[in-house]
Formats: sequence, C-alpha cells, structure tokens
Amino acid sequence: MEKKKILISGNEAIAEGAIQAGCTFYAGYPITPQNELIVYMAKHMPEKGIFIQAESEPAAINMVYGASAAGVRSMTSSSSPGISLMQEGISYIAGSQLPAVIVNIMRGGPGLGNIAPAQSDYFQATRGGGHGDYHLIVLAPASVQEAYELTQTSFDLADKYRIPVMILGDGILGQMMEPVRLSTKKIKANTFKDWALTGCQGRKPNIVKSFFLREGALEEFNLGLQKNYEIIRKKEERYEGLFLSEAKVILVAYGTMARIAKSVVSQLRGAGKKVGLIRPISLWPFPQKPFDLKNKKIKYLVVEMSYGQMLEDVKLAVCGRQRIEFLGRSGGGVPSQEEMINKIKQIL
Amino acid sequence: MEKIFFRTESLYDVPTHYCPGCGHGIAHRLVAEVVDELGIRGKTIGIAPVGCAVVAYDYWNFDCSEAAHGRALAVATAIKRVHPQKIVFTYQGDGDLAAIGTNETIHAANRGENLTVVFINNAVYGMTGGQMAPTTLLGQKTATCIQGRQKEKHGYPLKISEMLALLPGVTYVERVSLQSPQEVLKAKRAIKQAFENQINNLGFSLVEVLSPCPTYWSQSPKEALDWIRDVMQKEFPLGRIK
Repeated sequence: MEKKKILISGNEAIAEGAIQAGCTFYAGYPITPQNELIVYMAKHMPEKGIFIQAESEPAAINMVYGASAAGVRSMTSSSSPGISLMQEGISYIAGSQLPAVIVNIMRGGPGLGNIAPAQSDYFQATRGGGHGDYHLIVLAPASVQEAYELTQTSFDLADKYRIPVMILGDGILGQMMEPVRLSTKKIKANTFKDWALTGCQGRKPNIVKSFFLREGALEEFNLGLQKNYEIIRKKEERYEGLFLSEAKVILVAYGTMARIAKSVVSQLRGAGKKVGLIRPISLWPFPQKPFDLKNKKIKYLVVEMSYGQMLEDVKLAVCGRQRIEFLGRSGGGVPSQEEMINKIKQIL
Repeated sequence: MEKIFFRTESLYDVPTHYCPGCGHGIAHRLVAEVVDELGIRGKTIGIAPVGCAVVAYDYWNFDCSEAAHGRALAVATAIKRVHPQKIVFTYQGDGDLAAIGTNETIHAANRGENLTVVFINNAVYGMTGGQMAPTTLLGQKTATCIQGRQKEKHGYPLKISEMLALLPGVTYVERVSLQSPQEVLKAKRAIKQAFENQINNLGFSLVEVLSPCPTYWSQSPKEALDWIRDVMQKEFPLGRIK
C-alpha cells in the first residue's frame, strides 16, 4: 500500500505520531507556539483514547502521571513557561518510574518572554529540570517528518526503560508545514504493565510511589535509577554526522538550527571549504561517539538559539582535545546563514 | 461458634505510625470496611495524600498511588477516565485539598468527575509540625499563627465543602466527625454513600471528616474529641451539605 503523504505542521505531526504510537491519553493546556498540538488532539484523540484540556499545566502533568500509573501510553505538551510549571510532576514521574512523553515547543524566555522560537530550555531538559538526581531521554527532531517518527520512538523508549521522554522542539519546527509520509502500519497496541494500577483482583496490590523513608531505601532506589541511566547512555545515543572525516570546521547544532547549519555546510563545501556537521538527535544521552575525533586541528562551532547551553555538553564531550567556538542568539533571535558563514571564516 | 466479626481484609494487620488519639487510624479503617462491605477491594484504586497519611498505601490492601501535594484529584481524574469501571478515591488532608490542591479540587469537582473524596479536616498541618491550615479556626494557635488565626492577617477558615456544593457537577457533600462512637458510625455511613455513588455513576462525592490532632492542638486525645464537639463543629457544622 502506498504511504499516505500529507502537508502538516510540526505540532500536528507530533500529535499524529503519538496517536500512531498507541497513545490513548492526552492532557494539556493551551500555550503558544504549540496550540496546534492540543487542538489536533482534541479533534482526533477521542476516537480511540481520552483527551482532557486540564485547568493548568501542573494539573495536566499530574493527569499524565495518573494515566501512566493506570498503564496506558500518555502524553502532554507545552512550551517553556508551561514546562517550568510541570517540573514537579516530571520529577514525580521519573521518581515513580512511570513512562510518559512530554513535548516542549520552546519559545523565548525567561519569564513570559515571547512566542518566537528559542533553544533556551536545553539545560532544563537535559539536567533533569525538576528536583532530584534523574534524567529524561531528550530527543530533538529537525524536520516535521522526524518529529512524527521520533514521537513514536519516544513512546517505545519510555515503556522500555520506564522513564519520561521529552521531545524538544521550537516554535519554528512546531508551526512550519512540511510533507510527511504517514505510517501504513496498524496503530500500536498498548504493552501490558504488571506494575500498573488496574485493581488488585487476582494479584497482590500494586503501589506507584516515589517515597522511600526507611533508612537507606531511597539511596538504594536511586542507585537503581542510575544503573538504568547507564544502560540508556550506552544504547540510546542518536546523532547525525556529515562529512566528519575530512572536516576542518565542524558545526554542532540541533533541531531547527541544524537545518540552517546544513545549508551553511552545503554552501561552504560548494566553495571548497572542509566543513562538517554533528547534529545531536538525542540530547540526553548526549552523543559522545561523533566527538571522538583524533585530529587536534579540528575546530568546532556550536550554534544555538541560546547563550550557550548545549555548548557545555560539547565541551564535556570534546574534553579539551580541540578548540570550540560558539555562536548564539536568543530571545527569539535566530542565527542566520550569513552570521554562521562569517563566524566560520573567522575561525578557518 | 459462628464468626460474626472479621479482620478487615482491606486493612493490613500492621501497627500504624499515627499519634495516640489521631483520627487517621479510624478513618483508614472506615474506608477499608466500606471497601470490603461493598466487595470492591479487587477494583479499588486509592490515592494517598502528602501529609501524615502519605503512607496510607502501607495500610490499605488494594492498589494505591502516591500523588504530589495537592494533585491527587488530577491523578484520580486520569485513572478514572482510563479505567471507568474501577473505583477510584482520594484521601486528602486540609492542606492537600484546600490549600495547594484547591485548583485541582475545584476543577475535578466542576468537571463532575465520578470520584469519591475522603477529606480529613484536622484544622492544622500535622506532618510538618503544626502550621496553620486553610481550615484553622479563628483564634486557634498554630506554629505559623502563634497568637492565633486573625481574620485581618489570615482570613477566615475555608469552607471548601460549602463552596464545592455550589457546583452543578458535584452530587454529594457531607460533613461528619470522629468525635464519638455515634459520630464514627455516621461517618462510615457517609463514606459508604460516597463510594456507592461512584458505583452507581452518580458523580463527584465528598465526605469531610472532622478529625482530631491532639499533638498539634496541644490537647490530650479526650480533650481533642471534646474540642471537635464543642468548638470545631460550631464553625464546621455537621450534616449533609448537598
């Protein structure tokens, strides 16, 4: 059967991807620039699942906690200030080892900021975000097709590792429209979870909690979480590398910035310049592998719609082997091809 | 000999951590007896609060979830929507339900979620050392209103149950107390009604239980029960509100 191709926004593609992945619970609250996602869910989720427009973001994330505890694939979405409100709930989801998918379509901040795109929530996403020693798997799509596909992957990862997974996009990705090839597979069926709250008929009661008061119990529990994160670090790095073996300057960018960086790479390679790109797709675990380059003369140029957040992870991965430069704009500003090319010319 | 009384199956046979004279032990037991009598232990899901009863799931022999402070009704909303055939209830204190959780409480009630809520009102924050609660009485001294609650500084004790009764989505609201054996039996009847309403899909049902906290009322267990009868019930009248 020929795959159906539709023109759709990033926000809607994420929603459609979730439904395709067998997500049957969505709770959210409107916030620009992801309103298209909640509206799409309001239209399509009730066909097979449950849609709730919650009274607030804290309510929404706690509804996701409940639905996940009840054993179904559940999701919420928001943008930067709303994600801030959800941090308590996300910490509880991580601490209770519940699977969940959380979408952040980033906008300018801090505070109320604006509704233009930004990549200023990288720290929030990759350094836990809420309280405690925990991590989310963080995936950063760079096209509407990839957003559609990674959303489906995120539900599989969430169930596999019993961990919340974040899809990190921005206002450009959320609202731009691109053609998407839809899956022809059947909608994924929910996996059975023996730990879920379904009523204890025929078994011992289940408890979903993140509270361990007995002496030593919480440390033991945390060691278990850390072990899980080690496994994820080994197995779930995702990235795209372009022309790395011959590059003298390597751009490092994710999401929408990587699209612009790709145009820069094309343009400069056309002019004979040895430029490459590392595009992290998993921001946590941050891909170490592409940065294991021996040539000490390579220069990295990290480009973000922030003042240097992913930059810190690049520094950690490079570990002093090569020189790292940075170009960033925030508050709704987007580094342009020209700015990047000028910066690369300075470096070369 | 005929066996006419049994250990409550929905209550584990363990000692609790509650203070002497605390109402939680009684309230937990009433919930457990009601669940047993209605034969719903295998399909009941309880949501514990943050407060002294945070470990209620260590005492109840059925599926339970923790919830972040105040968020129990958001968690319960989702679980009930996902499993409409199961019986989902929250058990919350005055801070959980009427301070930090007020928004989740009002909106779950306003949506008319088919849930059962056991609201334990002891007019103080016990777990954290006796601070003022939304339901602390005027003149009542607590750790954060040392001279007693004053209307100018702290406002009035919050009548959340009366407020919720105004919402068309709310089916049943009753206030009971644990201050004497007769009142305990009435409390059990109200809790049973609130669970039966859910079984019959009748909508949002809440029972407010006036409960003693001798430790943070600086009273003996007996004085605490008398205080409920003589002082607290005057501010929070017993009976069916809706």
